[in-house]
Amino acid sequence: MLRFIRQRALASLISLIGLVVMVFFLSRMTGDPAALFLPVEASAEMKEQFRELHGLNDPVLVQFARYVGDVVTGDLGESLRKARPALDVVLEAFTWTLWLAVITMTLVTGAAIVVGSLGAFRSGGFFDRLSSMVSLIGASVPDFWLAIVAIVIFSINFAILPTSGTGSVVHWILPIAVLFVRPFGIIVQVVRGSMVSALSSAYVKTARAKGVKSGPIIFIHALRNAMLPVITVVGDQAASLLNGAVVVETIFGFPGVGKLMIDSILQRDFNVVLAAILVTAIAIFLMNVLIDIAYALLDPRIRH
Amino acid sequence: MAEHLLEVRNLSVEFHTATGVVHAVKSISYHLDKGETLAILGESGSGKSVSSSAIMNLIDLPPGRISAGEILLDGRDLLTMPAEARREINGRRVAMIFQDPLSHLNPVYSVGWQISEAMTTHGLAGSKAREEALRLLRRVGIPEPERAMRKYPHEFSGGQRQRVMIAMALALRPDLLIADEPTTALDVTVQAEVLKLLKELQRETGMAVLIITHDLGVVSEIADRVVVMEKGAIVEAGTVREIYKNPQHPYTQKLIAAAPGKGAMHEPGARAEPLLSVRDVRKTYGAFEALKGISFDLMPGETMAVVGESGSGKSTLARALLRLDEPDGGTALWKGRDLFALSPAELYKLRRDLQMVFQDPTQSLNPRMTVYQLISEAWVIHPDILPKAKWRQRVAELLVQVGLSAEHMSRYPHQFSGGQRQRIAIARALALEPQLIICDEAVSALDVSVQAQVIELLDRLRREMGIAFIFIAHDLPVVRDFADYVMVMQQGEVVELGTVREVFDTPRQAYTRALLAASLSPDPDAKAGHLASVPAGAADTLMPKRSH
Repeated sequence: MLRFIRQRALASLISLIGLVVMVFFLSRMTGDPAALFLPVEASAEMKEQFRELHGLNDPVLVQFARYVGDVVTGDLGESLRKARPALDVVLEAFTWTLWLAVITMTLVTGAAIVVGSLGAFRSGGFFDRLSSMVSLIGASVPDFWLAIVAIVIFSINFAILPTSGTGSVVHWILPIAVLFVRPFGIIVQVVRGSMVSALSSAYVKTARAKGVKSGPIIFIHALRNAMLPVITVVGDQAASLLNGAVVVETIFGFPGVGKLMIDSILQRDFNVVLAAILVTAIAIFLMNVLIDIAYALLDPRIRH
Repeated sequence: MAEHLLEVRNLSVEFHTATGVVHAVKSISYHLDKGETLAILGESGSGKSVSSSAIMNLIDLPPGRISAGEILLDGRDLLTMPAEARREINGRRVAMIFQDPLSHLNPVYSVGWQISEAMTTHGLAGSKAREEALRLLRRVGIPEPERAMRKYPHEFSGGQRQRVMIAMALALRPDLLIADEPTTALDVTVQAEVLKLLKELQRETGMAVLIITHDLGVVSEIADRVVVMEKGAIVEAGTVREIYKNPQHPYTQKLIAAAPGKGAMHEPGARAEPLLSVRDVRKTYGAFEALKGISFDLMPGETMAVVGESGSGKSTLARALLRLDEPDGGTALWKGRDLFALSPAELYKLRRDLQMVFQDPTQSLNPRMTVYQLISEAWVIHPDILPKAKWRQRVAELLVQVGLSAEHMSRYPHQFSGGQRQRIAIARALALEPQLIICDEAVSALDVSVQAQVIELLDRLRREMGIAFIFIAHDLPVVRDFADYVMVMQQGEVVELGTVREVFDTPRQAYTRALLAASLSPDPDAKAGHLASVPAGAADTLMPKRSH
């Protein structure tokens, strides 16, 4: 098991190195960095000064070596607008996003497993048809529309929930509720499909022949086998939340990494954009390692 | 009136499908007493497994519906019992083992946990259940039972998995054990051992056994009485001896006649210039030596049977000869040219002379292609064989040749039975007018009576068209009426190679004798001798553990 984790971590490390290389060349290949980093109204001298200061006149490989050194020591440059290290700015925003993603995905996964499993157990029944319909609608509703409708109903008409900010627990309710809907709709359907096939499998027949009760058959025998495809999709959905739920964070004024990225792009705060890409990418890599470990924990055949 | 342990009375079960109602069993009745073994014998689609599923409450309702009858266990009708009482019976009073132990064991839980669960689910304390599970694993002959408790199903061999299933089923000492094709997926030597274990355990516990099988050999080996089923109805019932010696119903007569290994053996003629001359073929996968130097000659129109248990390398040999897997060494001279040294272009041209028929026609025929497309595809790939104008006529001829008819051309594979599908696969192989057909377990998945027909077809094609065959099988009796030469393989090596008469009448090697001894004869009088001649633990000593 430890060897398995080490292998997976090593494989992820290689991908991470690839990512660092890519981020560097992206920032060099999309045109003159001086033009990208500096405001549009910057003069030619300012640009030359900028190049000199950041060593942009050096050979690319020298720049690359310097960049790698910076990344390893955690120096991702200054935020041009906030006059603070870019990494600090990003990590602060990322912490908010991480909390939002973790809470939302925990609720989504728990609810989807229960609803999907019960639907699969009596497939074709009333509950199954109702939950299929609800999840289909959930998976199809665009989040910007849902966010606006939620604000209109709960903040304006009933005035019971705040429209933006992070001051207290109630501030979190609307963003989480809106972000909940789509992954829930998608994951319920995956859980249901996976559980239908697990429940019709031969080992479930054996469990029934042993006299095992319905509860343990669903939640012990079938569910653990059915979880593998579910975990993949949970990972996918969690990744899109970690990337920053750009639309929802912006609408609710939530200070997460998605909103930060949009703001930084608009303000041409390029160091922050690069740092945000790097941080969210590392987070997604780490999450993939966690998912691989979860696979191995669930299925002994993967552990070799 | 003395009550039977189990009595099935006028049971009828139907399934409601998209294409209409299927009457799976029609008013069948049988009974079973303590300590007795009853076999339900039938081919696929006979409904032989339906009544046992009804006993275990494993039929999904709907689409299934029990339309009439009762199932009495000690006089109480299982079908009218409250759900909770019914569940309590499963595992405690009636237990079941299945054909494919790998898919019937939960892959993500250790076998120790799964055996213990059979007991904890009926109220036994966890620690006590684990203790008992350990004892059971030891009893059914699993090596290192303490370690085995923590292992997962995929870490065992097929025979060991079935032993685990047996341990799990017997955990609460049920009065009735239902065994649904318990040895069908196992090698012959392993099959003999598992049946022996079942008989021993039956003697120890006095349980009744209901065994469901398609194999007359298994019936004569283990059963006291037998009911024969065809198309959902019982056509004949009696003691094993009565049924075998004096079958009344035409279907039973046909089934007994179809059992392989009774006809005249071939006498191969003089050998001259070989069609295929194989020398020292080797193949390794990593550190595993799958083929350790195989050599043999095959004359035109001759049949070489390659027999061996799983892992013996027989399929690897077939794939190497066709270069579906590249061999690591050796030569295979096809009319003097080395197949292994051919360039891809030369190989492509030669491919049409060497064709292959696989075990499972359901998987080897593309389900989205019609029979016409499947057979004529060969001419799309090799257009010089036949001008397109003649394709339709030739497909019709080929279908007739394999015992189908021209109007089958526009149908899809799923519209045929297993035996018919294998005929289509053979017609496809014939389309290229090959000189050699390699059959990899081509009849293993077929019912006995269908098996006999397909073998007869292959034999006729050989006589009429002079095609040579390499016929791979895991079962010796199947090849007896068909082969000229028999090559017995074990662990990637040729153990014995001789004419069919030499191998069957005077086997020289212990392994060949063990294989012959382990093959079950359908004749109840023939069994007396053979079990004694299989040394205890033969399968374990002859088949060293494969590494995973």
